[in-house]
Amino acid sequence: MTRVVIIGAGPAGLAAAAAAGRVARVTVIDDNTEAGGQIWRRTRNAWTIEHPGVETKFQARVIAATQADVTIETPDSCERLPFDKLILATGARELFLPFPGWTLPQVTGAGGLQALVKSGLNIQGKSVVVAGTGPLLLAVAAYLKSKGATIPLIAEQAPAARVNRFARSLLSHPGKLWQGARLKARLLGVPYRTDCWVESAEPGMLRLRTPGGSGSQPFDYLAIGYGLWPNTELAQLAGCRLSNGFVEVDAAQRTSIPNIYCAGEPTGIGGVDMALAEGRIAGCHATGQPTPPLPNRAFVQALTTTFALRPEVRAVATADTIVCRCEDVPLSRIQSCQGWREAKLQTRCGMGPCQGRICGPAIQTILGWPHQSIREPVFPARIESLLT
Amino acid sequence: MPQTADVRINGKEFTVAEGTSVAAAVLNAGYSMRTSIHGEPRAALCGMGICYECRVTIDGCQHRKSCQVLCATGMEIETT
Repeated sequence: MTRVVIIGAGPAGLAAAAAAGRVARVTVIDDNTEAGGQIWRRTRNAWTIEHPGVETKFQARVIAATQADVTIETPDSCERLPFDKLILATGARELFLPFPGWTLPQVTGAGGLQALVKSGLNIQGKSVVVAGTGPLLLAVAAYLKSKGATIPLIAEQAPAARVNRFARSLLSHPGKLWQGARLKARLLGVPYRTDCWVESAEPGMLRLRTPGGSGSQPFDYLAIGYGLWPNTELAQLAGCRLSNGFVEVDAAQRTSIPNIYCAGEPTGIGGVDMALAEGRIAGCHATGQPTPPLPNRAFVQALTTTFALRPEVRAVATADTIVCRCEDVPLSRIQSCQGWREAKLQTRCGMGPCQGRICGPAIQTILGWPHQSIREPVFPARIESLLT
Repeated sequence: MPQTADVRINGKEFTVAEGTSVAAAVLNAGYSMRTSIHGEPRAALCGMGICYECRVTIDGCQHRKSCQVLCATGMEIETT
């Protein structure tokens, strides 16, 4: 029987597991405590019960991958899992752009704050400014509002004309239109300002910018995210080819390595529907089953164009703004370097525990430096794990 | 009756709902998570195990990502 290992228990990984599990031995690995990924956090508890043939390993972090096995670390063990087929469904993280004050404890990711509230953070009565870009801001604001937060403002950096054009284009995507209409109803009375971005934060007070001016905004929490960034580290480590920052796949979701597949956000930010479709295709193809067709990417393309970053938000970091949070490296120290290699040697930028997962995309976005090289372990690991 | 967990954060006792992450418990208790290498207080940024800003000590084990650990009765949590 084919041994299929799937990394990630979000929509893509679960769809792949459901498809592959019909005919193969499947193990799904995720570093969270339960299935669902980010979007279904706290809503897919029953999944493992519904698919009894699929083995799951939670709180398990993949620290290394070859073309024949993966090494996983749990809080108290470490093991190697051999596979015939590997499906990478590692999802995406938020893109954070440094600005003065972004290291304050009251500043979190947009999806980040939602995840924290879902896991028990009490937001009742707090004033939460939601900022950055993309439709996620609306979903986050609606969720936080439903949990008792006050949302004084949603600040969207994209220009009004592009956002309006996008809204009109929803007419040709009835499902999305319905989602949008429901969100709008839930956000009744919440100000949504386009052409607006956060310039700086100090405890309790934000400085906001628009093309024509600036203003102040009190806040308890700032939930800010500049869109999603694919988690491609594991694919890179296994030797899969990237193209434009995403994992290159064919129509069957195969990467450049024949027995490794990739599905969902690492192949292109496409949202939950694309992730489900791609996961299903990967799970079927990896196990020799007929593959369903892929939905078209018109909606995804519209999202990318609408919420492209304006030049001003790439330039909000000042000389002494910390860019690498793990090693407290300010922008000025990085700017004087030629590239990643020199920055690492001189400043330790990108060499802390997150291994450049936060500062890497930020620096790529604001300075244009390309991807860093990836080596194992891809996450900090215990010494006994490294000996395995 | 709702299920709960009793934990200690920096020596103080807190009762939290079952399923509460250590990160949420620490923030609800009014603490940040760690002190950066230059002495700034830091708290969870990404909420999903990527940024390592939410590291705390749990039962004597340092550098645990508090957003990916659920509270359990008897847990000793320390921020730095």
